[in-house]
Amino acid sequence: MNAPPAAPGASAAAPPRTPGRPARRRRQFRELGVLLAVVLLITATWLHNPGFLSAQGVRDLFLGATVLAVLAAGQALVLITRNVDLSVGSVMGLSAFGTGALFVALPGLPVPVAMLAGILIGLACGLANGLLVTTAQVPALVVTLGTLYAYRGLGHWWADGGQVNATDMPASFLLLGRVGVLGVPLPAAIAIAVVAAVGFYLANHRSGRELYAIGSNADAARLSGIPAGRRIILAFAANGALAGLAGVLFAARYGTVDSTVGTGMELQVVAAAVVGGVAIAGGVGTVYGAALGAVLLTTITAALPIWQINPFWHQAVVGTLILAAIGLDRLLALRTARKLRGGGARGA
Amino acid sequence: MDPTEVPPPLALVDVTKSFGSVRALRGLSLELRPGEIHALVGENGAGKSTLVKTIAGVHRPDSGQLLVDGVPTAFGAPADAQRAGVAVIHQEPTLFPDLSVAENIFVGRQPLTRLRTIDRKRMRSDTGEAFARLGVDMDPDRPARGLSIADQQLVEIAKALTRRARVLVMDEPTAALSGVEAERLFTVARTLRDSGAALLFISHRFDEVFALCDRITVVRDGAFVSCDPTPDLDVDTVVRRMVGRDVTSLYPKEDAERGDTVLEVDGLTRRGVFADVSFRVRAGEIVALAGLVGAGRSEVVRAVFGVDRYDAGAVRVHGTPLPAGRPRAAMAAGMALVPEDRRQQGLVMESSIERNATATRRRPLSRFGLLRPRAERDSAREWGERLELRYGRIDDPVSTLSGGNQQKVVLAKWLSTEPRVLFVDEPTRGIDVGTKAEVHRLLSTLAGRGLAIVMVSSELPEVLGMADRVLVMHEGRITAEIDRADADEESVMYAATGQRPNGAAR
Repeated sequence: MNAPPAAPGASAAAPPRTPGRPARRRRQFRELGVLLAVVLLITATWLHNPGFLSAQGVRDLFLGATVLAVLAAGQALVLITRNVDLSVGSVMGLSAFGTGALFVALPGLPVPVAMLAGILIGLACGLANGLLVTTAQVPALVVTLGTLYAYRGLGHWWADGGQVNATDMPASFLLLGRVGVLGVPLPAAIAIAVVAAVGFYLANHRSGRELYAIGSNADAARLSGIPAGRRIILAFAANGALAGLAGVLFAARYGTVDSTVGTGMELQVVAAAVVGGVAIAGGVGTVYGAALGAVLLTTITAALPIWQINPFWHQAVVGTLILAAIGLDRLLALRTARKLRGGGARGA
Repeated sequence: MDPTEVPPPLALVDVTKSFGSVRALRGLSLELRPGEIHALVGENGAGKSTLVKTIAGVHRPDSGQLLVDGVPTAFGAPADAQRAGVAVIHQEPTLFPDLSVAENIFVGRQPLTRLRTIDRKRMRSDTGEAFARLGVDMDPDRPARGLSIADQQLVEIAKALTRRARVLVMDEPTAALSGVEAERLFTVARTLRDSGAALLFISHRFDEVFALCDRITVVRDGAFVSCDPTPDLDVDTVVRRMVGRDVTSLYPKEDAERGDTVLEVDGLTRRGVFADVSFRVRAGEIVALAGLVGAGRSEVVRAVFGVDRYDAGAVRVHGTPLPAGRPRAAMAAGMALVPEDRRQQGLVMESSIERNATATRRRPLSRFGLLRPRAERDSAREWGERLELRYGRIDDPVSTLSGGNQQKVVLAKWLSTEPRVLFVDEPTRGIDVGTKAEVHRLLSTLAGRGLAIVMVSSELPEVLGMADRVLVMHEGRITAEIDRADADEESVMYAATGQRPNGAAR
């Protein structure tokens, strides 16, 4: 049946739409807040010591944020579905070492092929995570805590205590970490492109929006006919591929990789996403926010020495920032909830 | 068109469905014809929602057939039902709080641009169109979080509208709507009917059922009772068919001497949930809170006990005001609450019988701050004997017990605190008949010993058999207070559905 004609008398009663769009404003506000914090921090540090924004300083800022931003963008995908992936540090390490090892094994290998191999390693790891989470019906926290150690162990076994040095890698690969596009180092440019692409997908594609739906209300998602299991696997696989990419970028930048690359990275990644406004409870946040959160965290790391603050304080500052971010989110949520409430109260 | 020639778009034939030992549907048949609004009425627990979930593809029937256009079909998942052109408005709205209203309506089937991205502009305008047809003033871009139940229901209705369904099932869509909103919904429903859709309408409001529907099916205890064209029926006939069953023997309420007033509740209000609820309970009295699911009965009890907050009003026990929102204070004042859902709220299912039965008395059973296992065990055994609990070993997980015996553990847990006011919320839900009678006998004995009991129950026979007084709630307010002598199925049912609110006392 086609849409029947409008009910007589009902269409005429169409009221004027209220112009307020609190939700959108709130979400934009949230990401703008992080951006503002980054800008303020950089400006203040630059005023304190102009050397902070020298050509080399800017390069360092970009490169420092690259790996964490890519990881945070991937993590955001998973967090939005109300899951978490703690294995990203291990996946990144596996991919970084794998890419290096591939150059050792096959010296003539074209650089793009090696990069793709690194990403595929990550994709495979992420896919395994997703399958485990959806089929075993075990919380992702536990599953990925397991794979965190499993993937790391695999890396240690593969490396067998050795490392891959810069001399083993082709010059063109290492050049990736040095050349720039319009003044932006290539890895950072890649990261920006990836974040933009994933962000666009998440905002404008059905399956992207369905990730939000799953994280927001999993039962309703199933009732709405959304293939929740497949979407969650997709999120984990994409996150794995991005962790793989992060590993490749890491290898290109530092040239020397062993099996300990990325150890402990997972908590920084989750911290970056949370600071950037991605809710652990799912359904809320953007990859842009997560990436900005990563930029903020790495900028703090870079700025503290300039302010001659004891690096001992670094973690305390990051911790305070996370608490502040969560507090801010809670405050904003309460405020919008109060604004949105009203009307339809029964009996009262 | 002649409905006998065209196979009905959706029909159920002899469908049964059980959950454990509870038989929710027993051989139910139903035929939805194009261009017809079909009403389904029955008491709470008659199997209406199970039927809806079967049609929606959430439950798979144990036996019987589901026919789509006369062809036997199995709905393995909600998506299958949607593909067959079935749209369901569930009793409980199923929205995504973090998504915008427009996205909630179009989730999974958003209009796309040529580039396969979501066409937000069209999504917004289509939403506006659907809202205009419903006469709703809502911003399509606002998030669903914070919408009132009525507004959530309207979003669900808009969702079903935009699906262009051939079969539209509405499970109590008007329960939370105002008169104007409901009237608009009916206009839309009639338009849909006239354009050839088959509608199934479930409601407890008889005025709506009679005004809107072409045919009325009555179900009771999961079984088909009757199906007649509306003009052949009247409200009394339908009510009689809904409740008609033997009441008395199962419910052995003894007469107890009424003592002093123990509990006083005055003007209790929680915005959007219940309003101006006042009642008194005397020692030795069983007061039943009757009403339909969602009328706010459990919410009142939870607020009185201090689990939930309330916005206005006061609670006094033996004349002493009780601080709001503090269950611990309520317990100290001699209150006990046996909650509605014993698996989620009443018990720790993985924990042992003894642990569960003594969970309310960890302090009295410990010495120097340490629990004494011997004391726990002895106390649990003693209460097990008193309540005739049937168990294997006292340290078995409570999940190994039957539903009725689980309920006894919950009762033991609270009775052992020696309360003066006992709240029981759906005390016999999902319990077999024999144990049911035991629970009733127990409650009756307790009242005889001077306990004040407030019982929330959706089972009319239980209410009528057990209660000294019946308070009937409808949409968050107490609409009638009926004494045992005057209470019968019809007077309670009328008050619960908001009919003749002035017919009884008050």
